[in-house]
Amino acid sequence: MTPADSDGDPTAEGGHDAVPATGVETGAGAGKRRSWPLYEVFVRGRRGLNHVHVGSLHAADAEMALHNARDLYTRRNEGVSIWVVLADDITASSPAEKDPFFAPAGDKVYRHPTFYVIPEEVPHL
Amino acid sequence: MSTADLEQGFAATISADQRIEPRDWMPEAYRRTLIRQIAQHAHSEIIGMQPEGNWILRAPSLRRKAILIAKVQDEAGHGLYLYAAAETLGVDREALTEKLIESRQKYSSIFNYPTLSFADIGVIGWLVDGAAICNQVPLCRCSYGPYARAMIRICKEESFHQRQGFELLLAMVNGSDAQREMVQESTNRWWWPTVMMFGPPDDDSPNTAQSMEWGIKRHTNDELRQRFVDMAVPQAAALGVSLPDPELVWNEERKAHDYGDPDWEEFKAVVAGAGPTNAQRVARRRRAHENGAWVREAAQAYADKQAARAAGRKDCEVAA
Repeated sequence: MTPADSDGDPTAEGGHDAVPATGVETGAGAGKRRSWPLYEVFVRGRRGLNHVHVGSLHAADAEMALHNARDLYTRRNEGVSIWVVLADDITASSPAEKDPFFAPAGDKVYRHPTFYVIPEEVPHL
Repeated sequence: MSTADLEQGFAATISADQRIEPRDWMPEAYRRTLIRQIAQHAHSEIIGMQPEGNWILRAPSLRRKAILIAKVQDEAGHGLYLYAAAETLGVDREALTEKLIESRQKYSSIFNYPTLSFADIGVIGWLVDGAAICNQVPLCRCSYGPYARAMIRICKEESFHQRQGFELLLAMVNGSDAQREMVQESTNRWWWPTVMMFGPPDDDSPNTAQSMEWGIKRHTNDELRQRFVDMAVPQAAALGVSLPDPELVWNEERKAHDYGDPDWEEFKAVVAGAGPTNAQRVARRRRAHENGAWVREAAQAYADKQAARAAGRKDCEVAA
């Protein structure tokens, strides 16, 4: 039982919502069905900037994903270029291992310019 | 790592006001609360297209029609941002839609009221979207990263919704007597359902404490409702309309408005499915979903065919 399941009263939890939290299914645990695959969307806001992850969407194929991404994420000229990538094709580091994974950078203070003490009167350093 | 370690890590992230991201460990109750809240929020955006879509064909000018279409498109977009955020928690969008059309998940009670005149389009923008903004701005700092990021996008667009509504009403109150009466009549109908959008009063809202502890919710229902009422009063004055609450009065001591209690019995009845349009909203959503099935299947068949052809070409290249 979650706290939200524990009584019969409606609550306003978010957004437009004043919604009941009891007797309402979450959908968690439902089996995956064969629906359009998930694409992650990256948008370049303007020339000179990197593509940045903006969200995801479903589409039957990559071309449809591009068109849907345009309609969903750039309705107000937010981009000049879009990448779509199948979510299943992304390889990611594991959050559970983040400490050991990033440990090699943890103890190398000499990689930062502030590590080096230079007399204040020396210019342009 | 033991469960205790995982719980401690989660609590530390929350208390440092950092965001929880999809692949982080999280308590099952946190995950389920978020899925329910984000799904209900997404459903509200999608169902919210109906009362406004009702007026696209009858908008009084091309300008108003174009604005209304853009707004309804935004509602669809907001629904999709939110379904995408819900999917990061391990649910399937298709499954959520099925739960909506089988009435196993809910949406905001406000969309179970009908839009009876074109003034309603303005009042929805002004009051309903205004209330939504009060609710949504704090959600931009929600502890769950994908939800917070979706809310940032939504809030930016919501501001257009509120302003277009207010501008529409300004045009009407500067028009004929009949138009002014329409605005007043519409305001009278929508005021109380809007005040109810923030949910039951704090002493009747037992889940608030847990949601606030988790950083999902940042303010109580009554805090947000007060903020909304204080914002709406001067806006109503600017329009020259009255708000239908005889107890609404400035309290100099609190530096805030006192206001009356909405009819919470009505609220509970509407949430339970007895609102004026509950059945129609869900039936239409179901019809749209079922009528769209062949489109989804055809697009999939086309994609499969193209993929097979591409694979065939590759085989030929290898053979050559």
